[in-house]
Amino acid sequence: MEWFKLPLTAQLELLNKGEVTSRSLTSYLLKRIEEKDPQIKAFITVTAEEALRAAEEADKSRAKKDHRPLLGLPLAIKDNICVRGAPTTCASKMLAHFKPPFDATVIKKLKEAGAVFLGKTNLDEFAMGSSTENSAFFPTRNPWDRERVPGGSSGGSAAAVAAGFCAGALGSDTGGSIRQPASFCGVVGLKPTYGRVSRYGLVAFASSLDQIGPITRTVKDAALLLQYIAGRDEKDSTSAPHEVPDYLSALKMNLKGAKIGIPKEYFGEGLEDEVRAKIEEALEIFKDMGLTVKEITLPHTPYAVAAYYLIAPAEASSNLARYDGVKYGLRVEGKDLIDMYKKTRSQGFGAEVKRRIMIGTYALSAGYYDAYYKKASQVRTLIAQDFQEAFKEVDFIVGPVAPTPAFKLGERVDDPLKMYLSDIYTISVNLAGIVGLSLPCGFSKEGLPIGLQIMGPHFSEEKVLALGHQFEEILKLYEKYPEI
Amino acid sequence: MSITKEEVQHVAHLARLEFSEEELERFTEQLAQILSYVEKLNELDTSQVEPTYHALKLTNIFREDEVKESIPTEEALSNAPQRENGFFVVPKVIK
Repeated sequence: MEWFKLPLTAQLELLNKGEVTSRSLTSYLLKRIEEKDPQIKAFITVTAEEALRAAEEADKSRAKKDHRPLLGLPLAIKDNICVRGAPTTCASKMLAHFKPPFDATVIKKLKEAGAVFLGKTNLDEFAMGSSTENSAFFPTRNPWDRERVPGGSSGGSAAAVAAGFCAGALGSDTGGSIRQPASFCGVVGLKPTYGRVSRYGLVAFASSLDQIGPITRTVKDAALLLQYIAGRDEKDSTSAPHEVPDYLSALKMNLKGAKIGIPKEYFGEGLEDEVRAKIEEALEIFKDMGLTVKEITLPHTPYAVAAYYLIAPAEASSNLARYDGVKYGLRVEGKDLIDMYKKTRSQGFGAEVKRRIMIGTYALSAGYYDAYYKKASQVRTLIAQDFQEAFKEVDFIVGPVAPTPAFKLGERVDDPLKMYLSDIYTISVNLAGIVGLSLPCGFSKEGLPIGLQIMGPHFSEEKVLALGHQFEEILKLYEKYPEI
Repeated sequence: MSITKEEVQHVAHLARLEFSEEELERFTEQLAQILSYVEKLNELDTSQVEPTYHALKLTNIFREDEVKESIPTEEALSNAPQRENGFFVVPKVIK
């Protein structure tokens, strides 16, 4: 049986019925990774031994009537999320040998639910990028076309799910880093409401924007994983106290008559025709499902990329100040303390990370703070207000995830601004802290996946997932697999 | 808004980074390009707009001040590039 084609919920069913053991499922996936990942390079570290040990534990425990919800289920984790004792590199030379002495809260919760971890997936260094080409180790390739990028920064997680190395993975999303790679790889990615999932143990990039979320084959699976990672955490004071609803049972809610808003700013210049056509087809499906569709406006959209590329680097420059060659990570000796700092940071960070630290430091420096950082934060308010206004009239906002399908490796690496503009439809969601779901809605003529984005207000995960689930059950695109 | 090589060098020092002459050229050009792009924010009048620093309006998040278990010193220091007798070792600071 081709177990790699099964979504998480189907794997779980087999495990629960005793038709497969976690040990056999885990070793089957590890074997697939060993055989096929050299072509894709989704993983930085495969933790085969630990995975098999955890799988055997899960099987033993199951025999003793352990009914934990994710017992024995294999997952992959983006390599900027701390798993105790396993290398957590952030795809940076700076942390190449870092082994966290603690688990991120999401890892602790998934372990408590019984999950098994196959390994750590590739990303743009410190999650800064949109193609996974900024990894200090190697780029990841798109399973649908190996000449193309998987998107980023969670490109390793998205490629791993698309390639059938695992049915579920965690990613992190600061400006689209879950949704855009999900779109490029033809899988599902959810950026939950800011604060829905604890960030404790997620290596910080831009703390007011970062959010962990699931990358899966189906929306139903995304609901399953969200169920067990969401919730208030006293170790993250920005995690939200809101109760965690039952996402899986909400998937069936009646959405007839619900209103979808189509922001005209998301369909302007720069959007490729093939992407536009697929989104328009999706809108017809939503109408057939009994929802109404109307045009809306999010007037400050054209300013989102500019605001984001000041706010995120400003927060990054502050967060990344901790890499000083003292407490952990790389140290390069220098002639004195300052020289040691400079040599360590200059050799430890790659070009994009340095570029963002520079922008951020500049935007926060004396004399420029008001003109750049404060100005961008005021524009952030206007962008958030656009959504608040829109959600008075509609339940969902729907549009593309990215202006184009996956682009070619090397195509944008020398043009940072062009790379930044590939995040144009995802960034506003982080600035406003709302929900964004990316799911496949078709393929281009060249056979590349195209993603659809469903946005909802703060804490609307139930509804957004329900709409995504009901949509995916019509097209069933999750049945399509790339040949690798 | 243009940025000079000297300014880039100053910002690099603040950020504790150093660049080769070639990198300095490239970064100056790229930063200038990015800064000129973000200029478009000035098209908007934000004089009456409160800045948003956080997406959720959570305030005063307190917890009980309790003594809890922490990780052992050895483990906490296990990733340090240089350590001695339970301390991090840094280059000499006082001349």
